[in-house]
Amino acid sequence: MHRVLAVAALVLATLPAFADFKIAFIDPLSGGAASAGLSAQKHMAFFTDQINAHGGLNGEKITVLSYDNKVSPQESLIVLKKAIDEGAKIVVQGNGSSVAHAITDAVLKHNERNPGKEVLFFNYAAIDPALTNEKCNFWHFRFDADVDMKMQALTDDIAKNKAIRKVYLINQDYSFGKAVAAAATKMLKEKRPDIQIVGDELHPLQKVQDFSPYIAKIKASGADTVITGNWSNDMLLLFKAGHDAGLNVNWYTYYGGGLGSVPAIGKDGVGHLKQATEHHKNVMPTLLPEEEAFHKRFSDKADELYYWRLRNMFHLLEAAAKKAGSNDPVKIAKALEGMKMDTPLGPMQMRADNHQLLQPIFVSTLSDKAKYDVEGSGLGFVTDVKLDADKTALPTTCKMTRP
Amino acid sequence: MDIAIFSLLNGAVYGLMLFMLSSGLTLIFSMMGVLNFAHASVFMLGAYFSWQLSRWMGFWPALVAAPLLCGLAGAGIERFGLRRLHRVGHVAEILFTFGLSYVIAELVIMAWGRNPIENRVPGVIDFPAFTLMGTSYPFYKVLMTGISVAMFAFLYAAFKRTRLGLIIQAALTHPQTVSALGHDVPRLFVLVFAIGSALAGLAGVIGGFALLTEPNMAAALGPIVFVVVVVGGLGSIPGAFVGSMLIGILQTFAVAIDYSLLDLFRVAGHAVDRSSPLYEVYAVKVAQAAPILPYLLLVLVLIVRPRGLMGTRET
Repeated sequence: MHRVLAVAALVLATLPAFADFKIAFIDPLSGGAASAGLSAQKHMAFFTDQINAHGGLNGEKITVLSYDNKVSPQESLIVLKKAIDEGAKIVVQGNGSSVAHAITDAVLKHNERNPGKEVLFFNYAAIDPALTNEKCNFWHFRFDADVDMKMQALTDDIAKNKAIRKVYLINQDYSFGKAVAAAATKMLKEKRPDIQIVGDELHPLQKVQDFSPYIAKIKASGADTVITGNWSNDMLLLFKAGHDAGLNVNWYTYYGGGLGSVPAIGKDGVGHLKQATEHHKNVMPTLLPEEEAFHKRFSDKADELYYWRLRNMFHLLEAAAKKAGSNDPVKIAKALEGMKMDTPLGPMQMRADNHQLLQPIFVSTLSDKAKYDVEGSGLGFVTDVKLDADKTALPTTCKMTRP
Repeated sequence: MDIAIFSLLNGAVYGLMLFMLSSGLTLIFSMMGVLNFAHASVFMLGAYFSWQLSRWMGFWPALVAAPLLCGLAGAGIERFGLRRLHRVGHVAEILFTFGLSYVIAELVIMAWGRNPIENRVPGVIDFPAFTLMGTSYPFYKVLMTGISVAMFAFLYAAFKRTRLGLIIQAALTHPQTVSALGHDVPRLFVLVFAIGSALAGLAGVIGGFALLTEPNMAAALGPIVFVVVVVGGLGSIPGAFVGSMLIGILQTFAVAIDYSLLDLFRVAGHAVDRSSPLYEVYAVKVAQAAPILPYLLLVLVLIVRPRGLMGTRET
């Protein structure tokens, strides 16, 4: 009898709790891009714990299931299937627009074939504009500003700097890198037709070991400014090779403040390294309460609250579930459309027409006089320009069908 | 013009680093007939050891101690792993080294984490060695060049000029006879494995600065080292040297070339427009194809000259 009870207890304990709301986190947790995925994984734990601490989503606790996709679209589809089988209601992914394309297609197909078992796709970092334009669908929501929105902010800054005459574009050879190059070429032509684009380079994604040959090319081109969408190791190694060769240019980046990059560029970047992001440590005069709490929980100096947009994402999710009065993905999605909310950095809004989040964007420059530094490097970002959420909106070609 | 000079310089330095790695691999292969899949992992260990040790005892002592540790690890791998498997055959040995590469990668993750460590060039060697046409050239790369050239000279002299080298050479082809003459062949094997691993460790110390010290570095560099060894000729040290330089310079120069097949057609008088079915393929610049060139070379060499440029055996 005791044995039967013990077995029953064991079985009950291993069964998934029914009252859990499952979110699948699919991102690189090993390989060349792991630093980005692992950092985001910590943010996921941090923000879901916050929601769970005040009762969860309509009383349901959130559980995060993590899957390693090694930034491969094929691997992602395999783990996506697994995640859906395990009961995930929302899929969160960010690193790699190629992966996001695969997931958004697969989610759309799944939802068409399985009415009543819909899954939402929350994209926090894959910023190929196509995802909210020609390839948009009702299930996909993007919480990061897309390539064109950030390039708009970066090129506004370039347009003001008359010293810039020759620009070199170096990007990763896949949908995102190509989108960055295309956006830069188009916008520079409109805003500063006098600027010469002296190079448009595409290199393999997270494969290059030594960027010295590329740096030699940049040098030879006589460029005074480099625009790049590189991230993770590709950003770090590019900075490293630039430092070795004594390359002295302005860097206009998407992810120049990403993990490990600021220590890699060091003092060379002071006054030269710029980024367009939704957050950096010096956006406000003092650290925000979330940042303080994050630092307290993760003590390593490399662990910083970098993905502010994940904070925005979870706040919106919580509010949408509350407004819908249900945790049904379709109802949450409908409640999210057009939702407005105030944040400590200004108002934000989820666009209803293409599911792109509009949030304030900051163009910032690396400085040695910043109050809060990056990863203990002594260097930090200071804001040059703040664009309010409504200023970041761009026209869309999205035509989505709603359930 | 200056891009040609810098491509040559960068290519040579990259090639020399490949040589540091491939010389140890080819040495082990020529001795034991085993392709050591864990070789690049020992290289990675060298990078991590030097970083850890230089925090405790400074850069220069670490430069010596880290390769020694790697050599010790190599000796252990041979003595307690490969020697037991030797009589079972090459497949078991190769599978063993293959598995070992995964074990080492996991151990590194456990000890130092998944993120790249901040393996910065230490202050004592972080200065430009010279400046040429406005581009500075870091001293650590000059040091790297010096070390690998010295290594080549040392290996070559040790093999051709010393008694030990003669015995090792003899043991390559006639292990039974050498053993019958009273030499301890298994001990020679340990020695060679240790030397090969120490060389990989030394490459790791310097390579860790030039590349990124992270758990993935072995997997990222492993394939290219095999290409070098096969192109140069399995078991040949001069072959490894030529192969390394060839691939280093080939890859670097390719990055500098912004022409595609389209340009070639244009020169030949054939205009290819977008309607052509293979337009996308033709439009790929040489620079974009740079990373696959070594593998293309590998296929070519295997077709035309299977024993490699300077290899002696037809395997």
